[in-house]
Amino acid sequence: MASPSESAASHLKAIGWGVLSIALYLLLFIYDKEVLELSAKGKWYFVFPVVVAFLFSVVHGNFTGEFWRSLGIRAKR
Amino acid sequence: MDTLNFIQLEPLTGIYLFVVGFVGGLVSGFIGSGGAFVLTPAMMSLGVPGIVAVASNMCHKFPKALVGAMKRAKYGQVDVKMGLVLGISAEAGVLLGAHYQEAIKRQFGDAGSNLYVSVAFVIILGLVGSFVMRDTIKSYRSGVIEEEKPGKIALWIQSVNIPGTMMYFPSINARISVLFTIPLGFATGLLAATIAVGGFIGVPAQIYILGLSSLMASATELVIAFVMGIGGTIKFAWSGYVDIRLAMIILAGSLFGIQLGAIGTTYVKPYMIKLVMGVIMMTVLISRAIVIPVYLSQLDLIAPLAANTQWWLKNVSFAIMLLALALGAGIILTALIKGRREHLQQQSTQMANATA
Repeated sequence: MASPSESAASHLKAIGWGVLSIALYLLLFIYDKEVLELSAKGKWYFVFPVVVAFLFSVVHGNFTGEFWRSLGIRAKR
Repeated sequence: MDTLNFIQLEPLTGIYLFVVGFVGGLVSGFIGSGGAFVLTPAMMSLGVPGIVAVASNMCHKFPKALVGAMKRAKYGQVDVKMGLVLGISAEAGVLLGAHYQEAIKRQFGDAGSNLYVSVAFVIILGLVGSFVMRDTIKSYRSGVIEEEKPGKIALWIQSVNIPGTMMYFPSINARISVLFTIPLGFATGLLAATIAVGGFIGVPAQIYILGLSSLMASATELVIAFVMGIGGTIKFAWSGYVDIRLAMIILAGSLFGIQLGAIGTTYVKPYMIKLVMGVIMMTVLISRAIVIPVYLSQLDLIAPLAANTQWWLKNVSFAIMLLALALGAGIILTALIKGRREHLQQQSTQMANATA
């Protein structure tokens, strides 16, 4: 089981990554028209959706990992 | 292509995709694949053009697989080398599979293409799924549920020495000829391009043919999915078909799911992975078999079906597909809760004994 200090750190990390993740999703939907125009251009613009997907996977991936950890749901050691 | 081909997103649509993404991610985190067979039709049912649905599904698949593979690598369950070797040959399978799909669509139209996909589902899931289910039941009945040993085929393959083609894989602590891994990877890719879930071949092939444990095979499949996903995304993004909004909404749900699915693998007995896979495969098989008469009728191969009958068959088929995913998720969550409870009880007993 996690110690109280581990648990508090986990909560803080979850909140930090969560705020970043929400900010990314807000940006995506505020600028959705521009985003779609860029990805629809195709050819070398293929880099755009790939980079966006990588960025979201890092930020949202860290958030979801910390989210479950902060709820005490961790892998068996 | 202009932005008119992308749908208008409503809040309810977003919630729907988030939830399906979560369940798909949960299953993927646990068995290494799954979810895609529901996500593509789910997007199409919202009015997303087929090719945009396939492209957006691919674009959520590779970051999801990356996060899942990294998580399971932390638990020591991933053979990265095996995943990359199989993944590269799978990429070739994807290209050929996509080419077949396009050729069939050109020749026989949408109904022909749908019939081809459904028949592939029924034959492959019938063969592989029934084998996986039989093996799971056998393991459970024999009481050998803690430890997995390579079967006869795997042991034979590991014993074959073809000079110049041998490669060492840490997951099995043995050398295997790439002449065996290449066709398996290729078949995984071919299936991924046909029915969207290469793992239905990839995971059983790694277990029964190459001799990996269920845990290693399902985790390594995530590396294969990453390689196939990124290749597929580049292919579709090059033509401008990716709807990044749809992909990122699904990713939002699926990353919650994949983390939970990966955690779940550390609490359950290995046969549970095969059980979930077998149950999903057999349920999806029924779903696809139900809809075959619709496509046969559209191609005039059987007497025409009434429009009402076609509507019912298609909707029942889609509902059974959702049920397949829900059944898999239900088994995973139940096993996770049960395994975790037992683990916590064990820990508190140990602590009580230590303080006594």
